[in-house]
Amino acid sequence: MSSAVIARATIEPDWVLPSRGRVGMISLIAAESAIFTIFVVAYIFYIGKSPSGPTPRAVLELPIFNTICLLSSSLTIHLAVRALRNPTIRAFGFWWFLTMVLGAIFLVGTGREWQRLIIKDGVTIGTNLFGTTYYSLVGLHAFHVTVGLITIALVMIFTLLGKVKAEHGDRADVFSLYWHFVDAVWVIVFTVVYVIGR
Amino acid sequence: MSSESIALSAVDHGTRPISERLHDWVVTVDHKKLGILYIVYALVFLVIGGIEATIIRIQLIVPHNHFVSPQVFNRMMTMHGTTMIFFVVMPILFGFGTYLIPLMIGARDMAFPRLNAFSFWMTAFGGLLLYFSFIGGNGLYGAGTAPDVGWWAYAPLTSRAFSVGHSTDFWTLALLVSGVGSIGTGVNFIATILCMRCPGMTLGKMPLLAWLNLVVGGMVIFCISPLTAAQIMLSIDRYLGGHFFDTQAGGSAALWMHFFWIFGHPEVYILVVPAFAFVSEIVPIFSRKPIFGYPVMVAATIGIGFISFSVWAHHMFTVGMSSYGNSFFVFTTMAIAVPTGIKIFNWLGTMWGGKIQFKAPMLFCIGFLFQFLIAGLTGIMLGAAPFNWQLSGSYFVVAHFHYVIVGGILFAVFGAFYYWFPKMSGRMYNETLAKWHFWLFLVGFHMTFDFMHIPGLLGMPRRIYTYEPGRGWEFWNLIVTIGVLFQIAAILIFVGNLLWSLFKGDPATSDPWDAWTLEWSTTSPPPEYNFATIPVVESRRPLWDLKHPEDPDWKYE
Repeated sequence: MSSAVIARATIEPDWVLPSRGRVGMISLIAAESAIFTIFVVAYIFYIGKSPSGPTPRAVLELPIFNTICLLSSSLTIHLAVRALRNPTIRAFGFWWFLTMVLGAIFLVGTGREWQRLIIKDGVTIGTNLFGTTYYSLVGLHAFHVTVGLITIALVMIFTLLGKVKAEHGDRADVFSLYWHFVDAVWVIVFTVVYVIGR
Repeated sequence: MSSESIALSAVDHGTRPISERLHDWVVTVDHKKLGILYIVYALVFLVIGGIEATIIRIQLIVPHNHFVSPQVFNRMMTMHGTTMIFFVVMPILFGFGTYLIPLMIGARDMAFPRLNAFSFWMTAFGGLLLYFSFIGGNGLYGAGTAPDVGWWAYAPLTSRAFSVGHSTDFWTLALLVSGVGSIGTGVNFIATILCMRCPGMTLGKMPLLAWLNLVVGGMVIFCISPLTAAQIMLSIDRYLGGHFFDTQAGGSAALWMHFFWIFGHPEVYILVVPAFAFVSEIVPIFSRKPIFGYPVMVAATIGIGFISFSVWAHHMFTVGMSSYGNSFFVFTTMAIAVPTGIKIFNWLGTMWGGKIQFKAPMLFCIGFLFQFLIAGLTGIMLGAAPFNWQLSGSYFVVAHFHYVIVGGILFAVFGAFYYWFPKMSGRMYNETLAKWHFWLFLVGFHMTFDFMHIPGLLGMPRRIYTYEPGRGWEFWNLIVTIGVLFQIAAILIFVGNLLWSLFKGDPATSDPWDAWTLEWSTTSPPPEYNFATIPVVESRRPLWDLKHPEDPDWKYE
């Protein structure tokens, strides 16, 4: 039989479905949230359960500057995507580069914090339960920042080569969902690790 | 009925060298080829997992048996469970989903074809990694081969002290890798079903198989992820000296149980909801009636999806939770029986007053209905905490969940095999052999798993290597093992039937069952592009509308 099954005139001409990129990314974010939830639950469950020190209160400092950098990168990536849709590629390149720098500052900050913890305070992943849960949770987040930064850097290279055009706006938008998610996770990690857990 | 077709290329596919055709299968991103790859891959592992089960049953046929050593027995038990759940049932169901969803919603492929291929190969390599442990599990320590920690892998059995060598690491990595693949499949199912439907197919007009797989996709992304997280933690414990599940350093063994069962119980529903989907497609066709209570079926499935995430600790009543915790999980376990019961009544309502045709797919679905009902009833028994305290960890539990997975899910999968075999292969299967398969498997199944309840009630613990004579268990274990022979015979007939029909079966028409969903509107097997022109639908049964223009469904929906 013909595949063109019964076309009655009343079928709406504008058959619009959600964008698969957005739906796919939102589903992926949902899966990632579940992974983070398990790590956060483990962190909260083990707060104060370490039989030996050092305790979080003794060694952790509030990473205020880092947090400001990462959270403001959400704003810059939003402005970048808006610029790409306009399209003003130069503005896109500027905001995108700024996002990359802010993300990189965050990663360097995390690295310095870990360096201080390991060398000065002697806290490693095997020291006590605090070390295990802290490095796992913050490390899992830093891993997601790293993946995001690699992607941002690739897009930056394409931008410099002049390959990025307005038609890529939707893709950049889908990626920005991921970046916003990474920032939102940091709000939770910050609250759990540095506020509640300290 | 003729199908429009497009000449893709002048190359005759039959004359190309075999290496080139195999290469096609490796690099393919076509959902139909990937679906078949999933299914064939799962069938291979079904045979392997079946051999492991047979070894377990031979060991237990008489008391004080020495067919295998205790170490081998533990490995067989672990590998059987892990293989059957992760590398047989899940890939088979994903395979059918991957194959059928785009065809049923009138799309040319999945939303992300390359992600689809990635997911399959991750699952495939996960399975290879698990079985590589037989060779590589000794590791530098020279201890252990295949994993022997049980498929729950409870702490502290998985700690370095109790599991030297790499056996547990292979188990962890295999599940981590295949879990990533499963999450990819879940994402793909959701995106495909939400974003790729053909014009006119609103959510309320989707075939139930698409609806149920949408729920499965959602459950996969929320339930496989905790398993992935827990496996990462276990790897941190084993490789980096972490203390998540290390009770010596303040860690908690019960936390692993919670994380495992937060995955473990929704997983059961991930396995059974696609089976529901098959039954919901097959029963109406062979009853010659539309599905009874379509919206209620959808609502019940979504209900199951949500409630399934709140029942996990009914696996842990004997661990010692508070009375409030116990009461909560008893209550949710009872609650999840309600939407499941609604579904059973809907299938019965579909059959009621229909002109039932007892073809092989329908026989398997009827078997499913009876057996899944009994499995659900023993599930309710085990969901009552006091009863559970008595029987947790006994063969009664083993009998219960095999009733779900074999009596329920596997029967529905066999039904699906026979129902869609003409579509996938372009040939009809042999109905006589299929009936032999059904009856032999039915007898074997009931011999094995009905009688397995009784030694459980008599106190036989699960996972024991052997047992003392004189406890009243011998007779029942003997019958249970004899039942396995019938099942093996049935499986041999099944595989033989598939292979014979694949080459020698009668050619199938595009619509051998006089069915109503879109996959039957294209040729058997479908061309690479599925549909020459994207179909437009107006009701839940587009082919009914086409065949009965005088009385189409859209007048009533």
